[in-house]
Amino acid sequence: MTASTQSVAVSKSSKRRLPKDWKSKVVQYATNLILVIFFIFPLVFMIMASFKPNDQIFADLRSLRAFLPVGDLSLTNYQAVFAKSKFPRFLFNSLFISVTTILLSLIVNSMLAYALSRLKWAGQKLVLAIIIATLIIPGETVIMPLLLLVSKLPGLSLTEGITTGWLNTYHVQIIPFIVSAFSIFLFYQFFRDIPKELDEAALVDGASRFQIYYKIILPNSGPVIATVTILTFIGAWNSFLWPTMVIQSEELRPVMVGMQYFFQQDTEWGEVMAYAAMITIPVLLVFLLFQRSFVQSIASSGIKG
Amino acid sequence: MVPALLLGLPAIVLLLMFLIGPFFAGIGFSFTNIRLISANPVESVGLRNYQRLVKVAVLKVEPVMDPATGQPALDEDGNLVYPRSRDFTRDEENYPRFAGTREWFDFNIGDTRYYVLAGDPTFMKSIINVIFFALIVIPLQTGLGLLLAILVNQKLKGRNFFRTIYFSPVVTSMVVISIVWVFLYDKDNGLVNQFIGLFGLPAVNWLGQTSTAMLAIIVMSVWQGVGFQMILFLAGLQGIPDFLYEAASIDGANTWQKFRNITLPGLRGIFVFIIITITIAAFQLFTQPYVMTNGGPDDATTTVVFHMVRKGFREQDIAVASAIGVLFFLFILGISMVQRFILRDQEA
Repeated sequence: MTASTQSVAVSKSSKRRLPKDWKSKVVQYATNLILVIFFIFPLVFMIMASFKPNDQIFADLRSLRAFLPVGDLSLTNYQAVFAKSKFPRFLFNSLFISVTTILLSLIVNSMLAYALSRLKWAGQKLVLAIIIATLIIPGETVIMPLLLLVSKLPGLSLTEGITTGWLNTYHVQIIPFIVSAFSIFLFYQFFRDIPKELDEAALVDGASRFQIYYKIILPNSGPVIATVTILTFIGAWNSFLWPTMVIQSEELRPVMVGMQYFFQQDTEWGEVMAYAAMITIPVLLVFLLFQRSFVQSIASSGIKG
Repeated sequence: MVPALLLGLPAIVLLLMFLIGPFFAGIGFSFTNIRLISANPVESVGLRNYQRLVKVAVLKVEPVMDPATGQPALDEDGNLVYPRSRDFTRDEENYPRFAGTREWFDFNIGDTRYYVLAGDPTFMKSIINVIFFALIVIPLQTGLGLLLAILVNQKLKGRNFFRTIYFSPVVTSMVVISIVWVFLYDKDNGLVNQFIGLFGLPAVNWLGQTSTAMLAIIVMSVWQGVGFQMILFLAGLQGIPDFLYEAASIDGANTWQKFRNITLPGLRGIFVFIIITITIAAFQLFTQPYVMTNGGPDDATTTVVFHMVRKGFREQDIAVASAIGVLFFLFILGISMVQRFILRDQEA
């Protein structure tokens, strides 16, 4: 029954034992098939419903037609999403926030990690210890005081000059999420394992510490850059609680909050499914392309505890 | 020194401003009456916020006597009549012990009724709810996660495909999943009721009644998250050396014995880790009740974080919300110490 016993059985199997193996394969495929259906049916239903008018969605529910592209298929629901909500604006907001947060967090976190792993400076050990200690602070503990803090922080506006409060801005959705103790830690671990000989050779050639960072260390850090990018992207793209509290303006709303509003104002199933499909399918496609990195990154984020 | 400071400073400043600063500010706020927006000055209130959150008292009352007959009074249905709990909780002069509490639940022993009062009954309910969530999700998700891991670890064509499918809900937004499942759970047109209708079962208002709302959220959450446990178990399975199984085969062990004596012990660290992450995730539960049930019906799906957001954001009571955040931190701290202790014990 277990994985490895099975593999042992397979490696020892001869033609004489094939029938037994054949039976267990059928059982395994059947189990997997049931599980695939279990895991995929909401997604299939969502996609199919997004192309169907409401009355047909309800009629199809009584049969397997709910999961099939049959009947009166159209893009009407998608057009309705664009007509009834500022979907392109929400999409732009989420993309802008995600990309900016990723870029800044890659730079800021890796710079500190480089200073911690490669340079000698006073307070280095203390800073490292503090960063490891902060890994245990849950976001939930910080979010309420942070809400109060950002509502009081001074801001600079092109039209109003100096303002009070960061509520209803882009930067309140970006700046607090740039630095991540976990990303710093990932970069730190990775940089530590890059051979020091590389730096020393470059130093002899007259490179500055900063040049070593961006010409030697960063170009050799593909895997950890991928991990931090993926984790930051998942966090930014899916962010929901924070923008719910700090963004009232529709113009600055990210996709997830936009979806919640759309869901509440509008109970046409097909339209909600069309909205859901548009923000889910692209992410799933990216996941399919970079599966291995995604799975490893998410698994590593769990192992930090 | 100079390049180190230049390189490190942005991250250190941001860390101080948005993580370490708010962390200590939150501890400070939790001892005050600070609000999100308020005209009143901020004052220290000592431990009041914490006392309110954790205060629990039991009030014992006897049935009301009928003065005319000297017998216990009965209502129209023939049941005993009891004094109401609020006669006591609102009477600070005579019952200072119950001041500031409200009824959480009640029970009877014989004819004596006990009211369990709490300073914040909703907070208490939210803790019970997340413990219930954890107690159901832990066996479901570890069991199913292990089964999936074993399945996709077989030398089977298409196992990468299966792995991807099982993991895909993990990378899907919880907001999207919650909204789609609201439709699946719909009483009149939901797929879930259509499906159980095939077996002749009556339609259930899954999210609309106290007895099933949390269970509905649990099933959805297990479906969404189990791919993550699968990956962890898979890593664990692949870390068990093959020669152990080969040696056991030579000794004549059967499949179950190998599973019981090699696989399970080999995964002990993963089990501990998974149980702890699920417990933490239960206490972090927020999006599902926020989107699907708004904490209801009757607080049946209110969670700790949901209650914290309701206090801090909707009611603007940053002080109490910060106190909940601090309790949350102490809980996480405690649980990671338990984890360390268990794993150290195992290594020794």
